[in-house]
Amino acid sequence: MEQAMEKIRTRVSLEEHDVKDVHSTDFPGTYQGYDDSWNQKKFEKNFKIDVKRLTDSEMEFDMIGIDTAIANAFRRILLSEVPTVAVEKVFIYNNTSIIQDEVLAHRLGLIPICADPRLFEYRTEDQEEPTEMDTIEFQLKVRCMKNTHAPKDATDPDELFKDHKVLTKHMKWIPIGNQADLYGKNAFRPVHDDILIAKLRPGQEIDCRVHCVKGIGKDHAKFSPVATASYRLLPEIKLVKTVEGDLAELLQTCFSSGVIEVEESNGVKRARVADARRDMCSRNVFRHEELKDCITLTRVRDHFIFSVESTGVLPPDVLVTEAIKVLMSKCRAFVTEMHEQRSK
Amino acid sequence: MESEGKKRILEVLQLDDAKDETCRTFVMHGEDHTLGNSLRYMVMKNPVVEFCGYNVPHPSEDKINFRIQTKTQPAVDVLRQGLRDLSGACEHILATFEEAVDKCKKKQNEEVEKMDMEASL
Repeated sequence: MEQAMEKIRTRVSLEEHDVKDVHSTDFPGTYQGYDDSWNQKKFEKNFKIDVKRLTDSEMEFDMIGIDTAIANAFRRILLSEVPTVAVEKVFIYNNTSIIQDEVLAHRLGLIPICADPRLFEYRTEDQEEPTEMDTIEFQLKVRCMKNTHAPKDATDPDELFKDHKVLTKHMKWIPIGNQADLYGKNAFRPVHDDILIAKLRPGQEIDCRVHCVKGIGKDHAKFSPVATASYRLLPEIKLVKTVEGDLAELLQTCFSSGVIEVEESNGVKRARVADARRDMCSRNVFRHEELKDCITLTRVRDHFIFSVESTGVLPPDVLVTEAIKVLMSKCRAFVTEMHEQRSK
Repeated sequence: MESEGKKRILEVLQLDDAKDETCRTFVMHGEDHTLGNSLRYMVMKNPVVEFCGYNVPHPSEDKINFRIQTKTQPAVDVLRQGLRDLSGACEHILATFEEAVDKCKKKQNEEVEKMDMEASL
């Protein structure tokens, strides 16, 4: 009885036809004999974070001992509320390429710009002129020419023409005010210098200036700092009966590679759960009548495997830190607001 | 969000009997499921709470309605406590995360040094 209750509280069950115990139920009054009220000390004791992989653009970490409601808040904030800098205004002086002005402007908007958003302020709506505190300006001026030194039999555009590809490396930063003194000579640039913006033919030209501002993904997806940010729950696989012989090999094929290992001792093959973490929870095992009852599949309710992939604007660990700070500042804003309203 | 600092971000709806402080619906402007659901979880963790829920009245309106009913305490106090608990939890999560990242970076540096040492040998 107690074991069954513990299972409902801490595991999500994957069964043949449905996924059970999806929702959190650990609230005061739901279970007798459990103290489910919020307790910071208890939380601090059980909460763990383990960084599994960390590079300049990607990270994977485990967050253990927290409810989905809060873990999901971090995921949502990463996608749409951590600020970045992106192209917001495009001033086109000349565009004789085959790409229309509005399409060009949209393409420029989606280019990730390497600039720390924490150095900038949001632009206000009523503000007319850009200032060094809220805007980064780039110039994009490219004109395609014939390559006079090209061999006569050349057919490759790379040989025939000069500057026929407009790339992000052509974007030249133009410091506003004292930006050059503050941040250095080459402080701001697109994250990648080989993104193709447009293709030109001899005589065609693109001449424009762009203004980049700080914004959040909720307003426009171009401000989203992550390529992906997702989590999954840790899978747990238990063998309730021993699985031997050909069945062991069949069992192995039901899971992702590396999840089940088949060991041979005294001429008998026996299945063993080697690494449940690698499983993608396909539930293929339930297709086999003879294996159905040998196994239980669950996921650990409070063990989140986060995967964060940055666009390169900021390192992924900084993005997560910023996301946590965003949620914290939301709470504080409301506490202050309540305090102010009461004193009025 | 930050830009509209002067606007009121929290309203209390006057649907209920004003004398009965245990039931309130709050309108939180500029918020969605991100704060709504995590705050609902925190408030529901409070034993004096009888009911807590939120909804997004319309997808194109940037606000949520957040309802609290308690057994005895004023709903306003419960909301404040929930917000404090949530930001307290965040503080600990932030500290733990930074510690874990530092640990991981240290380990990576050590591995690089070790490989350099082996290469130079």
